[in-house]
Amino acid sequence: MIRASLTAIAMAAFAVAAPAAAATIEFSPAVVFDMGGKFDKSFNEAAYAGAERFKKESGVAYREFEVTQEAQRDQGLRNMARRGANMIIAIGFAQATPLEKVAKEYKHARFTIIDAVVDLPNVQSVVFKEHEGSFLVGMAAAMASKTNKVGFIGGMDIPLIRKFALGYVEGAKFVNPAVEVLQNMTGTTPAAWNDPTKGGELARSQFDRGADVIYAAAGGTGVGVLQAAKDGKKFAIGVDSNQNYLHPGTMLTSMVKRVDVAVYEAFKSAQANKWKGGISNLGLKEDGVGYSLDDHNKSLITADMQKRLDQARTDIIAGKLKVTDYTAKK
Amino acid sequence: MDELVVVISMVGATLRVATPLILAALGGLYAERSGVVDIGLEGKMLGAAFAAAAVAAVSGSALVGLAAAIAVSVALALIHAYASVTHNGNQVVSGMAINIMVAGLAPTLGVAWFHQGGQTPMLKDDARFAPIALPFSRELADVPLLGPLYAEVISGHNLLVYLAVAAVPATAWVVFCTRFGLRLRAVGENPHAVDTAGVSVVWLRYRAMILCGVLCGIAGAYLSTAHSAAFVRDMTAGKGYLALAALIFGKWMPWPTFLACLLFAFTDALQVRLQGVDLFLVGVVPVQFIQAIPYLLTVLLLAGFVGKAAAPRASAIPFVKDR
Repeated sequence: MIRASLTAIAMAAFAVAAPAAAATIEFSPAVVFDMGGKFDKSFNEAAYAGAERFKKESGVAYREFEVTQEAQRDQGLRNMARRGANMIIAIGFAQATPLEKVAKEYKHARFTIIDAVVDLPNVQSVVFKEHEGSFLVGMAAAMASKTNKVGFIGGMDIPLIRKFALGYVEGAKFVNPAVEVLQNMTGTTPAAWNDPTKGGELARSQFDRGADVIYAAAGGTGVGVLQAAKDGKKFAIGVDSNQNYLHPGTMLTSMVKRVDVAVYEAFKSAQANKWKGGISNLGLKEDGVGYSLDDHNKSLITADMQKRLDQARTDIIAGKLKVTDYTAKK
Repeated sequence: MDELVVVISMVGATLRVATPLILAALGGLYAERSGVVDIGLEGKMLGAAFAAAAVAAVSGSALVGLAAAIAVSVALALIHAYASVTHNGNQVVSGMAINIMVAGLAPTLGVAWFHQGGQTPMLKDDARFAPIALPFSRELADVPLLGPLYAEVISGHNLLVYLAVAAVPATAWVVFCTRFGLRLRAVGENPHAVDTAGVSVVWLRYRAMILCGVLCGIAGAYLSTAHSAAFVRDMTAGKGYLALAALIFGKWMPWPTFLACLLFAFTDALQVRLQGVDLFLVGVVPVQFIQAIPYLLTVLLLAGFVGKAAAPRASAIPFVKDR
């Protein structure tokens, strides 16, 4: 008797579950953040800002997952797809390999990956021309430097970060061929994205060697770099998000990478059923990268500097000024 | 002159990186000398770092943050003592449990309280330990060699760095020149003898753990409110284990342990400095290799030069009274 009633309950549950399953074909967005976390004040936080903007405007909530260990990337993506999310955004180059696997298994779902290229029909890859934006902040650094030494601090030592570095060096040398660029990488594991004390030490060592402007392309590690610049009363350049507000007065500018726009656009186009796979490569021309100028740093960027930066920007867009892309160099 | 600048900045960096190691290693020294193995240094530091940053962010005072850090760290030390001294539990398991518990609990509380993904808000300048300029550092800075050395290396650190350096002779004095120190060493070697002499083994070990908690608390506060300006997830990054290694390397003696901490910190500073530098005859060494140097050096030194490291004989063995 009990068994019979249990069966009946199970049947009823199935009956209820069936329409629910059908309903998941509705738009169901998700974001998988990478190491560093969505409050890294930089790369992941930009993605978070984009997702939040979409949620506010459309009223559609999104699911999220923060990767805290390397092994979780696969799990995170797979769980989202399995639970019926059909527009999943993977933040960060490191998710490319797991995403490739998961995207093949869940063909109905749409994926957007930021900072890497995955060549599958249901994946949209968004990459940025970071070297172009870095070129501009490199120019700003060289123009602001009094010691003719500027610094670069990267997160994990990967080609993507070398791309930032190379653009920065070229920009600095463009303004002043004699400028010396000190370079450090924080580490060779993903932990390098979230080690502000190490970032601070690296920054101090570069300041001690005479640098007076440092560009941090290191996710959460950069927070320590910017703090060290403030403590040492030197200049720092933020990355990915506009970080000027963190320490007004010592933040020269930020190399903004519009991850927020990419995330927002991906969600929005998917909701309107206009989402398409393929690769989009966003540079200065598409406003995908740039340098930030706001109330917090307008006293540091002189009119003359701004003029030269805008000129360079126009030249790069027009193709008159070439910036080397480290990842395309090979 | 350029070399001098390099040397001075390296020494400065060494001191800054070594400070939490020194404090934690000395904390471990008290614990292990009393016969309690403490691999929970990492967890205590992390808990203290969180408490310091959270309380400093709310109260706006670095000292209140430091007090909170010490309180949390001592509480964790007492949990360890309760499990492993009062109840004769396995000391390694209890220490590891503290590490795992804090690694999860601190970011969770951070999310609940500050809504910044487990971090604490960035601290304002007056909620951190500011560098202290010692007297005459400005005036003497122009004296060749000694001037900059005094101004940059000795002066200009924050309170906790001086505290860490002062803790070394203080510990040496307590452990080797006081009655408490004598009993502490005895209880780590032969608790039964101490018990026969009518001294409470349990109370001695509790006191050692409290001292350990205080020192780890200061180390944690240094990480989040002096060296950086906020708590982030896993910010101790293995420093507790490194401190433990320094303690073994230093053969459970205060001064050699201090030197071991300085050595570890120095290799770290060296690693930063060697990156991307064109070395004579070698060329630019890949970052990966440079970053492996501190670990290689540690392994080499531990394997080749440390000799026989004899731990306190009763360490890790719970004390059970003879019947």
